[in-house]
Amino acid sequence: MDGGYTGLCRRLISEAGASIGDEVLVVTRKGEYRGFLMMRYELGAADHIVLKLANGYNIGVKVWDDSRVVKLSESRPPSFRAVEPPPPDPGLPHVAVISTGGTIASRVDYRTGGVRPALTASDLLSAVPELSGIARISAEVLMSIYSENMNPRNWALMAERVDSLLRSDVDGVVIAHGTDTMGYSAAALSFVLQQPPKPVVLVGSQRSSDRPSSDAALNLVAAVDIAAKAPIAEVGVCMHLGHSDDVIAFHRGVRVVKLHTSSRSAFKSVNCEPLALWTRSGLKIQAEKYHRRGGDDYRFMPGFDERALLLKFYPGMSPEVLEVLRERLCLRGVVLEGTGLGHVSSSFIPTLKRLRDEGVFVGMTSQCRYGRVDMLVYDNGRDLLRAGVVPLDNMLAETALVKLMWVLARAEEYEEVKRLMATNLVGEMGGRSMPEGVG
Amino acid sequence: MVLDYERLGLKVGLEIHRQLNTARKLFCPCPTEYDESGEKISFTRFLREAQSELGELDPAAVFESRKRKKIVYRMDRRSACLVELDEEPPHTLNGEAVEIALTAALLMGSTPVDEIHVMRKIVVDGSNTAGFQRTCVVATGGRVVVDGEAIPIQTITLEEDAARLVESSRGVVEYDLSRLGIPLIEVATAPVIKSPEQAVKAAKAIGDILRATGKVKRGLGTVRQDLNISIRDGALVEVKGVQELELIDDVVEYEVRRQLHLLDVSKRLAARLGGGLPAFNPVDVTHLFTDTKSKVIRRSLDAGGRVMALLLPAFAGLISEEPFKGVRLGAELAAYAKAWAEVEGIFHTDELPGYGITSEEVASLRKYMGAGDADAVVLVADLEHYAVEALRAVYERAAEALRGVPNETRAARQDGSTVYIRPRPGAARMYPETDIPPIPITENYLEELKSRLPETLDRLAERLSRQYGLSRQLVQELIDRERVEIFMEILGKTSASPTVVATTLTETLTSLARDGVDVGRLGERVLLEVFQLLSEGVFSKEMLRDVLARAASEGVSDVRSLVSSMGLAAVDLEEVRRYVDELVERNRSFLGDERAVKRLMGDLMKRYRGRVDGRLLHQILSERVAARTGAAQG
Ligand SMILES: [Zn+2]
Repeated sequence: MDGGYTGLCRRLISEAGASIGDEVLVVTRKGEYRGFLMMRYELGAADHIVLKLANGYNIGVKVWDDSRVVKLSESRPPSFRAVEPPPPDPGLPHVAVISTGGTIASRVDYRTGGVRPALTASDLLSAVPELSGIARISAEVLMSIYSENMNPRNWALMAERVDSLLRSDVDGVVIAHGTDTMGYSAAALSFVLQQPPKPVVLVGSQRSSDRPSSDAALNLVAAVDIAAKAPIAEVGVCMHLGHSDDVIAFHRGVRVVKLHTSSRSAFKSVNCEPLALWTRSGLKIQAEKYHRRGGDDYRFMPGFDERALLLKFYPGMSPEVLEVLRERLCLRGVVLEGTGLGHVSSSFIPTLKRLRDEGVFVGMTSQCRYGRVDMLVYDNGRDLLRAGVVPLDNMLAETALVKLMWVLARAEEYEEVKRLMATNLVGEMGGRSMPEGVG
Repeated sequence: MVLDYERLGLKVGLEIHRQLNTARKLFCPCPTEYDESGEKISFTRFLREAQSELGELDPAAVFESRKRKKIVYRMDRRSACLVELDEEPPHTLNGEAVEIALTAALLMGSTPVDEIHVMRKIVVDGSNTAGFQRTCVVATGGRVVVDGEAIPIQTITLEEDAARLVESSRGVVEYDLSRLGIPLIEVATAPVIKSPEQAVKAAKAIGDILRATGKVKRGLGTVRQDLNISIRDGALVEVKGVQELELIDDVVEYEVRRQLHLLDVSKRLAARLGGGLPAFNPVDVTHLFTDTKSKVIRRSLDAGGRVMALLLPAFAGLISEEPFKGVRLGAELAAYAKAWAEVEGIFHTDELPGYGITSEEVASLRKYMGAGDADAVVLVADLEHYAVEALRAVYERAAEALRGVPNETRAARQDGSTVYIRPRPGAARMYPETDIPPIPITENYLEELKSRLPETLDRLAERLSRQYGLSRQLVQELIDRERVEIFMEILGKTSASPTVVATTLTETLTSLARDGVDVGRLGERVLLEVFQLLSEGVFSKEMLRDVLARAASEGVSDVRSLVSSMGLAAVDLEEVRRYVDELVERNRSFLGDERAVKRLMGDLMKRYRGRVDGRLLHQILSERVAARTGAAQG
């Protein structure tokens, strides 16, 4: 017995010989409560016992030294009847689903209140039965971590697993991922898995899949459908386009960013259209150019060098920040998120010069997100260029950082790093800028 | 036949729901007052039944998910935010609502819980965007006293109101989000009420206590009474949505008579049928109706539908029997078919030939189905899938008829009858709301609340009658009509006479209603403004009834412009004063004579009747006379 209880509660419960789920009577100076013993949330005060009343409601009962807990009956073991998935249709495409963790791949255990990972093939099919009509699913749990705990080693692990799947007989790969850093992972996979022969679709959900209104089911349906059949063989992200459960956007992995903390339409393609829009009636391709399924130009290019930094400039920021970090982290490269067209204070110029002389790459992106940097318009921009800062066009700052890590892992020389950073490799930069609401 | 409820073992439990008049919704900062006139944006959703970790599927959730509807929501940015869209986690539980609920709990002698845990009650019909309603127990125990008898309270809960159903059709249901999230208090009694009259009184007693908090909403749609009703050998039936107190006894009586009839039917069926029903076997009988004159069947066939039939052995005569108005097994079968398959209706041989179906068609139908004289046949004309689903529901309901009264959730209708809506939900549908930490209710806080409990409505009546010199009867009428709140507000904010306000809010409104004026359109804001203008002297007391009548029939919200458009407010008070001065000046030699002053008043009334309040005229005149004569005048 633990159930999150400590101190007095724990003593009273264990003296009664009760476990989570047992029916108990709690007698306190205020009254008697009969119910099923529930797990304690971490956030609650320590001297309350949580009971589920006969009507299904939970309440917290405060206990004192003179309170008593009496066990009335043992809990009945839950008779979980998972719906048997229909047998796979051999005529359907084969899609591998890799679970890495996050909201989409977890279920709340209501008996205890805890969260546990759940993304086996049968979990998936019982939660979203229509998947079995789209593809034969094989599912695996590769890792089970919240997306904020992801790091480049996790990206590498993911990329390796996807690489081996791409070389197998699957028709596409779906990666269930927490949404917070899904954009970074998508960018990382985009650089490692170049010109993949099949779609690699990252998918998440903003609301957990145990909720009747979760966006998970439709996102998954779209992701599996795209992985199974779409002509686009790129690394991308599948999430709701708007507030409705109808259109799912398939975003290019290097162009997508999470722009809202909680809305189901949080993911947006920035400075370009989504690759495609999916609805139940089909896929509408939006991209002018994309990599087609089935090519033989696939290249697996693994490796990230973590000695890179993404720094957001703010008014009054001291250039010392950059110097100290460079020193402490042995940085080989920095992506600046500057203001407007790509500026930082002119007080940075001596530091930036020194970094350049030491062979540390410094690239410029904009905190505006929308639009491209242009450092020729103002004096300060030109001075920054002269100090060695490399403008990174309309690349997302997050993508620029991931790219930099990837570039540093394969280029020793400053000039080669600079060349790769300034070259569009997988669609991460370039393209025409469009007015709002038009493109 | 008068029913002996005690002998029948009637047990009624009440769930009284009432909207709280808080500034904000229960879990977000949206306002609880709204009008539905604004521009709407809409979005569509689908809800999936969430399987319980305990492996149980909730019958009510299965019912909804078998229909899998597209849900269209309409929202107005003024009255809903991302929380209502289920795209932002709920904010903390509204403290103002908790305080009102705790106050009501203390007034009923309930024991507040030590810690409030917000739960998710699964509801997948779309009325909650999340697919669940957030709800929490605030207190347990307590009682209300009715005619000296204590009715125990089981729980007092606080929950979010649901979205308002706009329309529902096959495959699509539409809701408006303005109402979603308004705090509701729910008071549930133990199922110990023994008669329809006691149910009415208990509901009123609970309603009075809730109103005593001074923080509940009033008016149409702010109160909803759910009843659970059972009789011995019957079943526990939940009747939802009784809007008016006066309807409660009718609903209870109807439900008792319905259960009695169903019990009677089940006994007779058992005797006739021996065993159970044969296996479900719907039969396509479209070919018997190719030349039908029945418009309903014709329309359905033209739309590509089929006519499907189901044999109900030994049911002949029992389906259309109607021992009490509206109580018929046929109504139950039809309601199941409508609820589960959303067909327009069913035909059964008890009522055929009829509805354009000829006796020849009935004869060939009976022959084809192998139906004897004691058997009944049910028909549904629709697209095949729906027709079969409808007959499956009819079959399942018919099988229940052998057993007696099914457990179910029904809806109350305006005439006091009830209709099936869905199976009763189980306890499997309640999960913790993990986004909201438990909220402790401390002893100190409760002590503080106890020290400032509001007065009961009885005390209030006593006080108002003493304070304003009004009869207890008049004050009681204000209370019973739920107008005492606006009465106090008007007296607090204007200088209108208590008697005038009280009689207007009771007698005048009643008489207007008798004359066919829709007084329901007079919102509290309008009433307040009417009395504000009256006490400013913008129009006179004599015109009050006309102003109210016009405001109600035109549904105005701006009383001031209404009054000026009626030509009542054309008089400038300065002009009146100047005129009175002249009058007094002209008659200055008679001012000592009271009769003369009365005559002057008569002249003034002639000139200003209906445009300036008589009291105001008298006041101006008295002032001027007093100033002239230097004497004190009343
Ligand atoms: Zn809101």
